[in-house]
Amino acid sequence: MSAPTIDHTLDEILNLAAAHFKVPREKLTPDDDFFKTLGIDSLQALDLLTRLEHHFRIELPDYELQGVSDFRTLANRIHARL
Amino acid sequence: MLDLRQYASLGAALKDALERWPDETCLIEADREREKVRLTYSDFKEMARPLSRALADADFKPGDRAAIIMTNQSKWLISAYSIFFCGGVLVPLDYKLTAAEHLQLLAHSKARFLVVEYYLWRAITQSPEFPRLTVEIALVTEAPAGADLRGAYRWEEFKRKGEPQFVARQREDTACIVYSSGTGGRPKGCVLTHDSYLEQCTALTAWYPFWPGVRYLSILPTNHAIDFMVGFIGPFVCGACVVHLRTLRPEFVRDAFVRYRITYVSLVPMVLKNLERGLRAKFDELKPGKRWMLDRLIGLNKMLTRGRPHVEISRRLLPQVHKAFGGELKALIVGGAFTDPSTLQFFYDLGIPVACGYGLTEACTAVTLNDLKPFRADTVGKPLPGSEVRLLNPDGDGIGEVAVRSRAVMSHYLDDPEQTAQTIVEGWLLTGDQGRLDGQGHLQLVGRKKNMIVTAGGKNIYPEDIEAVFDGLPVKEFCVFAANYLWPQKTLGSEMLVLVVRLEQNQQFDDRLREEMVARNRRLADFKRVGGYLVWEKDFPRTAALKIKRGELAEEIGAGAARAGVVEI
Repeated sequence: MSAPTIDHTLDEILNLAAAHFKVPREKLTPDDDFFKTLGIDSLQALDLLTRLEHHFRIELPDYELQGVSDFRTLANRIHARL
Repeated sequence: MLDLRQYASLGAALKDALERWPDETCLIEADREREKVRLTYSDFKEMARPLSRALADADFKPGDRAAIIMTNQSKWLISAYSIFFCGGVLVPLDYKLTAAEHLQLLAHSKARFLVVEYYLWRAITQSPEFPRLTVEIALVTEAPAGADLRGAYRWEEFKRKGEPQFVARQREDTACIVYSSGTGGRPKGCVLTHDSYLEQCTALTAWYPFWPGVRYLSILPTNHAIDFMVGFIGPFVCGACVVHLRTLRPEFVRDAFVRYRITYVSLVPMVLKNLERGLRAKFDELKPGKRWMLDRLIGLNKMLTRGRPHVEISRRLLPQVHKAFGGELKALIVGGAFTDPSTLQFFYDLGIPVACGYGLTEACTAVTLNDLKPFRADTVGKPLPGSEVRLLNPDGDGIGEVAVRSRAVMSHYLDDPEQTAQTIVEGWLLTGDQGRLDGQGHLQLVGRKKNMIVTAGGKNIYPEDIEAVFDGLPVKEFCVFAANYLWPQKTLGSEMLVLVVRLEQNQQFDDRLREEMVARNRRLADFKRVGGYLVWEKDFPRTAALKIKRGELAEEIGAGAARAGVVEI
C-alpha cells in the first residue's frame, strides 16, 4: 500500500474536524484558524488531537499542537509521524 | 506539616520535608495510561543529590539564577529543589512562549543555568536569536540518543558523586524571579523572596491543609504561581503527593481523577468550563426519569450544603458524579482569571466545593480565597491570613482599585525601579483591578483599571507585548488596547484586545489591509490574538518624544467611538 499524500492527510483531518465539531465540511479550508472556525478553545483542540490519533493510529505528544492553529500545519505534523 | 516559621528558605524547608516523610510517595508521573515515575520523598532526595553536587561542581554559586522551561513532570521539581539546595534563584519560564520569547527572558533574567525539555531546546536552537543565548550551562531532559544538543548537557547524565553541601539562604534573599508578562520589550520579572513564599504557604495551608496521603493533581503549568505553590511547595512541606500528567487531553485528566483518587486540583476557568460542559452533556443524555431523580438529589444537596460543604453527604447523595472525580476530591481550587459564578455554583450544587480565589504573580500566589464558610459564587473570597486588602479612591458604590499589603508581595520588578515605584506605593501593591468589599469581608472584582486582559486560560496579555507583530502594517499609526480599558464596564467577562488603526490621508480601508491584519494576528499564539479592529479618524496624541499617549488616546476613543464599532478580525 502506498503512503498517504499530505493532501490526503489534510483532507481526512478536515473531514474529521467537521464531523467531530458538527460544522459543515465546506466551511473548513486548510489555512483556517481552527480555533476561530470551529469556535473551540485549546482543550477542545486537544480533544481533536485524540480523535486524530485514533484515526491515524499514531501517538501525538501535546507539544505537537503548541503554536499550531491551522489545519495545514497540523497535517504536516501528523504526516511526519505516519 | 512542617512549621514553616522555623525555616529561613524554601531550600531548608524542602530539605527537611525529604527527611521527614522518607517513605511517603511525593511524586507520580503518568503519560496517558502508563505510569512512568513514582517516587517517595527518599527517592526524590536520592535523585536530586547527584544533580545538586554537579551544579555545585559547575561553579553554581549562591544567588546564581537558573531557569526552568519544562512541562509539568518530575524533573521540573527535582531540578527546582537542587537549585534551591545550592542557594540559587529559580526563574520558572512559561513553556508555551515562543523560542524568541524564551531567549529574551533568559537574557533579561541573567540566568546562568537552564533546565529545558528537549523539544523546547530544539526550538530555541533553531531560533535565529539562538546565537544570543546568554546561559552558560543548559541541561536538556529526555533528548533522543544521538541528538545534537548544540553544547548543552543531558540532564540525565549531569550528575556527580559525593555529598553536596547545602547552601543556607535568608528570608530576605530572592527565591524566584517570575515573569508576570512583558515579552514585548519591557519584561516584568517579579522578584519574590523566600519570606514571600514561606508566608504565603503558611497562609494557604491554614485554610486548605495538605497531609500525607493527599494527592494533588498538577495540571496548571508549574511555572505558574498557583501550581508552583499548590502543586509543589504546599504538598511537599506537608508530606503530600503531586501527580503529573504528561498529556493534558481531557480524557486522560478525567481518568487521572479516578486512577489516583485525587484530593485537590487547581484549575483555570477554561478547564472548569470544559468539565462543566462534559457533565452537562452526560446529564442531558439521561432518560427523563433518571434526570428527574438527579435534579431532585441536586436540590436536596443544595439544601444540605447551604451553610458549608458536607462532602461525605454529597458523595452519598450523588455517588456517580463523585465517582467520576475519583470519590475523594475535597475541593477544586480555581483562580488565574475571572470565573463565571454560574459555573462555580454548578459544581458546588453537585457537592464539589470550589475554592475560588484571586491573586497575581506580584503577590506571590493568592490574595483572597473562598473559605467555604459559606460558599460564595459571587466573590473571590476573603483576604488570606496575613494579607490586607483595601480599596483606593472608592466611588459611591464602594468600588475602588484593589491594593494589597502583605509579606507575600514581591520586593520589586527586576531591574525596573520605575515600574516598581508605580506598582508598589508606600508598601501597598496596586493591582490595577477594581473591586469592592462586602459586609462579610469578601472581595468582589468588578473590572480592570489597567490596559490588559486575562484569558480564561489564566494568561495575562498586555497590549504592549503584542504590538510588535503589527509593526510595518501599512497604516499611518496603530495601537492595541484592551476593549474594557477603552470602554470600562463593571464585569470581568468578555475581555478582548482591539487593534486601533489610523489610516493615511486618502487611504481607504480595503481587503488587502484586512488580510494583512489577519495574517499578522495569526503569527501570535492563539491566546494572544487581537479580537477586532477599529478605524480611528484622528491622529494619536503623542509625547514630545513621539510616544503615543495611551491613556489620553484611550479616553478619546472611549468617548468618541462605541464598542459596537469594533469589527471582528
